[in-house]
Amino acid sequence: MSDVLVRARGLTKRFGDFIAVDGIDVEVRPGEAFGFLGPNGAGKSSTMKMIGCVSPVTSGELQVFGMDPATHGPAIRARLGVCPQEDMLDGELTVEENLWIYGRYFGLSRREARARAQGLLEFAQLTDRRSDRVEPLSGGMKRRLTIARALISEPDLLLLDEPTTGLDPQARHVLWDKLFRLKQQGVTLIVTTHYMDEAEQLCDRLVVMDGGRIAAQGSPRELIERHCSREVLELRLDPVVSATGTTGAARGVELLGEAFGERLGERVEVLPDRVLVYTDDGEAALEAAHARGVRPISSLVRRASLEDVFLTLTGRTLVD
Amino acid sequence: MAALAVLDYFWVVYRRTWRGSVMGRFASPLMFLGSLGLGLGSLVDSASGGVNGVSYLHFVVPALIATQAMWVALGESTYQVMAYIKWNRMYRAMLATPLGVGQVLFGHLTAVAAHLSVASVIFVGVCAALGTLSGWGLVVCIPLAVLTGMAFAIPLFAVTATLDSDEPMSIIFRLVVTPLMLFSGTFFPIDSLPVALQGLAWITPLWHGVELCRAAVLGGAGPGLVAAHLAVLLAYVAVGAWAARRTFTRRLVP
Repeated sequence: MSDVLVRARGLTKRFGDFIAVDGIDVEVRPGEAFGFLGPNGAGKSSTMKMIGCVSPVTSGELQVFGMDPATHGPAIRARLGVCPQEDMLDGELTVEENLWIYGRYFGLSRREARARAQGLLEFAQLTDRRSDRVEPLSGGMKRRLTIARALISEPDLLLLDEPTTGLDPQARHVLWDKLFRLKQQGVTLIVTTHYMDEAEQLCDRLVVMDGGRIAAQGSPRELIERHCSREVLELRLDPVVSATGTTGAARGVELLGEAFGERLGERVEVLPDRVLVYTDDGEAALEAAHARGVRPISSLVRRASLEDVFLTLTGRTLVD
Repeated sequence: MAALAVLDYFWVVYRRTWRGSVMGRFASPLMFLGSLGLGLGSLVDSASGGVNGVSYLHFVVPALIATQAMWVALGESTYQVMAYIKWNRMYRAMLATPLGVGQVLFGHLTAVAAHLSVASVIFVGVCAALGTLSGWGLVVCIPLAVLTGMAFAIPLFAVTATLDSDEPMSIIFRLVVTPLMLFSGTFFPIDSLPVALQGLAWITPLWHGVELCRAAVLGGAGPGLVAAHLAVLLAYVAVGAWAARRTFTRRLVP
């Protein structure tokens, strides 16, 4: 067994003329939590489906557990746990039935599948709902059940496609906690997400995908250091004044550009209602802005986050 | 056997829904026999002394056994399949495991065959209990009805996997199934029809199933003819299975 669980070289997925994944190189090692980060349509899910052996590779090379999905799909899937974007539970069946029947698909005996379901009910904190139908459960409960179901085969690698999309903050934190526990038990995780905090919380390493390609890769910290400044100064300017184009924002940006462009070569980004200044010293930048006569409605100095990296790399245009 | 695991799922689903399902299975023969066998039958018999020398009830009951199988097959292979593809996505959940498309398809079709068997046993049982017909021929109708049902179900699996919405299904029901029931020799011999419509009956599965069941109960069909009817139904099963595997793969493993 090699020290790489997933190895992709020039991995490509095409649907007709549309290129969903455009020649990506990825390596996932045992025990790590690996993230695919990107906006909608970046190719994250298509990549996950190829790794999960439920979508054939168009071209390039892909190996999972050292095997080729084209020839060893069932053997690979036997060692995978998959938590898809949609829950795919049978709402008419009970929580427990959804669990043990899934175990049967992996060739577990009924007795073994039922025994494992007990432990997983506890893991998912669903023991007291075991005999209830799935349909009326909350979104968070369904998600926990889906993850528990993915674990019934005791997989070596867990694929999670947007595991917390659509959940409330409490449910998300409970899930992160569960996933962190799994990781500590040695389960390798591959996560797709468009939540930056999720990537920062969960992922040891990640790739940022955009338009089917890899825009950047590294640990969350590395990415921030490489693609962003240490701090970000956010200046909220008067939208009315800026709309009339007189003083306010327009003039403010001009002044800011002069101030920082000349002095530090720092990047300034103008949004409809705000100006972002990427700088290593936010307070100093704010002072400099004041000195130049910029009078923002409010200002905020914060640490740069993965979100800044993400928006820097993938842009602010809405992708649908 | 991986298909057994898939059957476990359908078994648990059935345990949850069997009451309504079985009640429907009993209601269907009672209604058909009441209205057609007794109601229409007494009219036909008194007017023309039956059909081809047998009472209308004896003429129509074997045909109804095949026809009810068609209706059961439709229910199990249109909306049900759409549900597993699109609504609760059970097929996709199954395919994320070591199971392959062939095994998932085989498991579900086996469940459909089981539904057809239960429905046909009940239908035949009700007919026998009401004393309309008896004898081994009626028992032979059970596997023939299951085969007729599968000759519909399997090609319909293939078609349903290509549909984006359930809208075309009502068209299938209105433009295909209802005419089939009316013009496949269920209620009257097809030689009363114009030749063009007779040709239509020959190429569809229902007429062959009807003729087989009728031959089993009333006799009078040579072995060559029986073999030809069986061959047509088996061809629908075989070609349907080939097509279903293709359309399922295209839909579920894109």
